Amino acid sequence: MTSDKSKLGFYLLLAPLLLWLVVLIILPHIGLFFVSISEKVGVREYETGLGNYAVFFNEPLYWRTFARTAIMSISTTALTLILGFPIAYYIAKMTRGRTKTTLFLMCLIPFWVSELVRTFGWMILLRETGIISNALQSIGLISGPVEFLYNDAAIMVGLVYTSILFMIVPLVTTLDSLDDSMIEAGYDLGGNGVSILREIIIPHAMPGIVSGCIVVFMLSLGNYLTPILLGGKDSLWFTGLIYTQFITRFNWELGSAFGFLLLALSSGIVFLGLKLSRQTLTETMGR
Amino acid sequence: MSATPDLECIDLTKDFNDFRAVDQVSFDVPPGSFFSILGPSGCGKTTLLRMIAGFQFPTSGDLQIKGKSMIGVGPNKRPVSMVFQHLALFPMMNIGENVGFGLRQRGVNKSEIKTRVERVLERVGLPGITDRKVDQLSGGQKQRVAIARCMVLEPDVLLLDEPLGALDLKLREHMKVELKSLQAEFNTTFVYITHDQSEALVMSDKIAVMNKGRFDQIGTARDLYYEPHSAFVAGFVGDANRFEGKVTAVNGDAVEVVTDKGLQLKARTINGTVAAGQRAQVFIRPEAIRLAQNAADADLGADARNYTVQSVLFNGANSLAILRDAVSGEILNVTLPQTGTFLGLNKGDTVYAQWNPQQARCYLVEGQ
Repeated sequence: MTSDKSKLGFYLLLAPLLLWLVVLIILPHIGLFFVSISEKVGVREYETGLGNYAVFFNEPLYWRTFARTAIMSISTTALTLILGFPIAYYIAKMTRGRTKTTLFLMCLIPFWVSELVRTFGWMILLRETGIISNALQSIGLISGPVEFLYNDAAIMVGLVYTSILFMIVPLVTTLDSLDDSMIEAGYDLGGNGVSILREIIIPHAMPGIVSGCIVVFMLSLGNYLTPILLGGKDSLWFTGLIYTQFITRFNWELGSAFGFLLLALSSGIVFLGLKLSRQTLTETMGR
Repeated sequence: MSATPDLECIDLTKDFNDFRAVDQVSFDVPPGSFFSILGPSGCGKTTLLRMIAGFQFPTSGDLQIKGKSMIGVGPNKRPVSMVFQHLALFPMMNIGENVGFGLRQRGVNKSEIKTRVERVLERVGLPGITDRKVDQLSGGQKQRVAIARCMVLEPDVLLLDEPLGALDLKLREHMKVELKSLQAEFNTTFVYITHDQSEALVMSDKIAVMNKGRFDQIGTARDLYYEPHSAFVAGFVGDANRFEGKVTAVNGDAVEVVTDKGLQLKARTINGTVAAGQRAQVFIRPEAIRLAQNAADADLGADARNYTVQSVLFNGANSLAILRDAVSGEILNVTLPQTGTFLGLNKGDTVYAQWNPQQARCYLVEGQ
């Protein structure tokens, strides 16, 4: 009796998760997949085939944008890691008690505002008549107004800014769990800052680094708003192409194919990253 | 003059803001000896050890290792190694890499690291475990690996920060003996800090008792136990019955004290430290008290007195009888001799207790 009851409880608790997975993730993907393998041959006439995927590989604009998105996302991830690690280390190891909480909260504060507003903030700073341009002119470093927006660097700045929190949080958690005496033992045994970072701190923080990188990479790859607003019309982002196919061109078939390619890309790169760092998904996510 | 001490501290002081953690501590440790610093938690012993290791710098005073001042020398440049309280073995490395860490930092070549790591692991009695993971070892094995990791660097001084604290009782007893024999094997100077007096008493050549940032007494285990210089040492090293009262008579180092409840005690003091009329405290060790079942057995010449048994706390060899003086109501803890005589001792029984006044110590109550 009791085991039946507890089983029922288990399924009831599981139900929302299953519902969410099936209805919002699995079903749409199955639908999307079937749309992506149907080619339009006439008005309301479709044939099954891989034509949509062929279009992607035959059109340089598409796969170049695809590669560009991937490379920029990887660079964003690397940059976020390089910027986030010292911050996380400072929060986790150099501060105590209230200062720690305050610093952690300060990392969160920007996320109380919508991404759109934050991105507009960067536009106010970076545009031709913006604050940075004006400031540089007034101190005489540049003679005329300079446009900082609408280039890859601007996209990168925006992406790093939006995703750095997702790097800092797992890093702080893993670094927090590193016993201070490990670092002291490292020094005691004759290590210096570099060797301790390389041999003790980074190996310990590896699960945090990998999970932070996965999240940041996914967020950058799937970001739509930041690249479009900060990159302008010259900077293509793959999500932008998908949007165009669905909304502007009304070509759902090609859009779906693009969607699947993006899914394959992100899964592939995450897999590669895990293999290279010799981590497993369970180990990094299980923490 | 004997050889230069391995470690010498001269008026070492450490202040944290307005709190003085270590107060003008001076001592020296001769080569190859086992030196313990014993004190309750918060007495500053960890701060002292961290200053020797180089994690904290003294506010004033000097610290010398093999005659060289270590002021301003970082922890990674000092010829000392430390075994941490929780050992701090690196879980991301296997045992061989752990032990070889220090040698790698020194740029020793790989094949030599390998042979030296294997040699040191053999010396601590754990040959052939280089490929194991840290979490595959037992508590005692980890302990030995942590020592091997330090000893492979051949430090002048090995510091140990209560490394036995996390072990269970049986293993702790075993490791005490083992640590002592490891120290003899390596013939390196060990500086050991602990709050556990039995660890200090068993292993050390010399013990410093630390209280409130100062060393109360430095001496051998026997000195501390039999000849404590202060009330703190008498109370902290070993167990003791403590009575407080007024000094009624002083004759050289023999004093008589009447406790507040009216029990009259004879004790020994350090000549000239107490005078009649002053308040004093008397310490008597439970194991220094002799029990007798009737007045005839007791040697009445040494002031045997009859007591009522209030309760018996059975704890094997460390069983205690709690006695109550019928007249004054003072409570006296006495170790029960396990000779069979007192097997039937029960609550409410009357026994006679006496002690040699030479074994009872009297000190002035401070702050009067």
